[in-house]
Amino acid sequence: MFRRINEKIIESCIKLSGLLVIIFVFLIFLFLLKDSISLFGQYPIGQFLFGRNWLPISEPPKFGIVPLLLGSIYVTIGAIVICVPFGVAAAMFIAEVAPGYLKHVLKSLIEILASIPSVVLGFIGIVWLGPFLRNTFGLKTGMCGLTGSLLLAFMALPTIISICEDALVGVPRTYKEAAFGLGATHWQTLWRIILPAASSGIIAAVMLGIGRVIGETMVVMMVTGNAPVIPKSILEPLRTLTATIAGEMGETVGGSEHYFALFAVGVVLFIITFMINLVADVCMRRAKK
Amino acid sequence: MNAARIRQKIAFLVLAIATLLIVIPILLTIFYIVKNGISAVTWTFITQSPRNGMKEGGIFPAIVGTIVLVIGTMLFSLPVGVLSAIYLVEYAKDNFFTRLVKLSVVNLSGIPSIIYGLFGFTLFVLLMKLGTSILAGSLTLAIMSLPVIITATKEALESVPFSFREISFSLGATKWQTIRYCVLPYAIPGILTGTVLSLSRAAGETAPILFTVAAFYLPRLPRSVFDQVMALPYHLYTISTQVPNMPMELSFATGFVLIALVFIMNLVSIILRAHYRKKKLW
Repeated sequence: MFRRINEKIIESCIKLSGLLVIIFVFLIFLFLLKDSISLFGQYPIGQFLFGRNWLPISEPPKFGIVPLLLGSIYVTIGAIVICVPFGVAAAMFIAEVAPGYLKHVLKSLIEILASIPSVVLGFIGIVWLGPFLRNTFGLKTGMCGLTGSLLLAFMALPTIISICEDALVGVPRTYKEAAFGLGATHWQTLWRIILPAASSGIIAAVMLGIGRVIGETMVVMMVTGNAPVIPKSILEPLRTLTATIAGEMGETVGGSEHYFALFAVGVVLFIITFMINLVADVCMRRAKK
Repeated sequence: MNAARIRQKIAFLVLAIATLLIVIPILLTIFYIVKNGISAVTWTFITQSPRNGMKEGGIFPAIVGTIVLVIGTMLFSLPVGVLSAIYLVEYAKDNFFTRLVKLSVVNLSGIPSIIYGLFGFTLFVLLMKLGTSILAGSLTLAIMSLPVIITATKEALESVPFSFREISFSLGATKWQTIRYCVLPYAIPGILTGTVLSLSRAAGETAPILFTVAAFYLPRLPRSVFDQVMALPYHLYTISTQVPNMPMELSFATGFVLIALVFIMNLVSIILRAHYRKKKLW
């Protein structure tokens, strides 16, 4: 009898934990939404979504999200353009070309990169990469979108490489053997057979990379110059959605318009990353089939 | 040599160069921090509080703060994470609820860390009235760490052969007895590896603790779980952006200590994995 009660208690604890995970996701969205809806009671949603000025402490305040959205998009595109070719190439090298011992060394190095805290990379951006880019390319300032893109590209590499590599290794051996049997070289097989066969996984890797880049906070807050204006190019200071929340939350008064506006920015960010992860998940599942 | 072979040589060379262009910056980053930081990492630096607006002295409170946060995170996320994974692997039927749990795990892993910060701030700091405290920060970091722990535990449980469970059931053991004595012991290494890895990530995170626990300057140790603490990543952020005329070597040294802490945790996870793999009997 005691056993059975015990068993029931444990079983319900286990189910409760599963339920908790759902509740957390639900609560996160609910809390963000609740506070941002409070904003739209006071501030029109159209002006929030399409406003071209983010001036939270001017009189009257303006909460146009366009400059922040563009800031995030610029930095993300920059980072993805840099890291996807390198990441996929490195994944191809590790999966197919590198001999066994080198494979281990390279994988460990990638793991080391994954474990470097983002604030450390941001610090390097401030003391070295920013000034370096300014002096090399004669920029007005080193604290700009490009510096952020480069560091974010660096940070997204482990995600992209490890998932791409899994996708490449997961291609059935028979594909390769058939190609070799027809007289294809190793490179032809890799390029024409294995890479297309792994394309779903590679797209998933890229999507997850984008998700990681768009959600990264500390690096962009430290190195992109924190200027909430519509950027003319990636070489100018800008500010992302994430950096805006992180930078301004500490200065707001709870319950103020500004406070709610930051939650609305959070909702936009949440929806963007949610979509990206959904696409990645669908691709992942297709890759597994 | 025919054209196809030459093309292969060139292509592989390009791949190798691309890989090298990734490897070199990784090594340079580590080297740069270590070279500039190591000279300022002294016994005083590690064991003393910051003085004179953080421009002198050490980072002891920040080290303690980070360790406290990591322990707090583990206390919350390990039980919930492991139990949810047990649910998914051992109990879940293929129904709507299960699919929802799986979808939620995927979702949690994709949510940006700053959103966790916002969420922790409204739920733990304001609504539950915990204030900016170790408790609020640990809970926030714990929710963030859940997906990694769940995924690692799931893989570990799934790798235990199904026959173990069958034999246990056939001997009359209940479901929980089976899990407790025939599955969990063999999944422990995988669980530990995943946990340590996710904690090392929590140790380096800044965004979730910005508004939930981190103190700008608090040169004493925490007295209760309702205290604020300094934390290494946040400390590095403040001294490199908010404090004018900060002596560079102290910033580098802080970065060095942070990286060292994270690497040590990773190393522990690697050693654990290797140690248990040797003992694996099937």
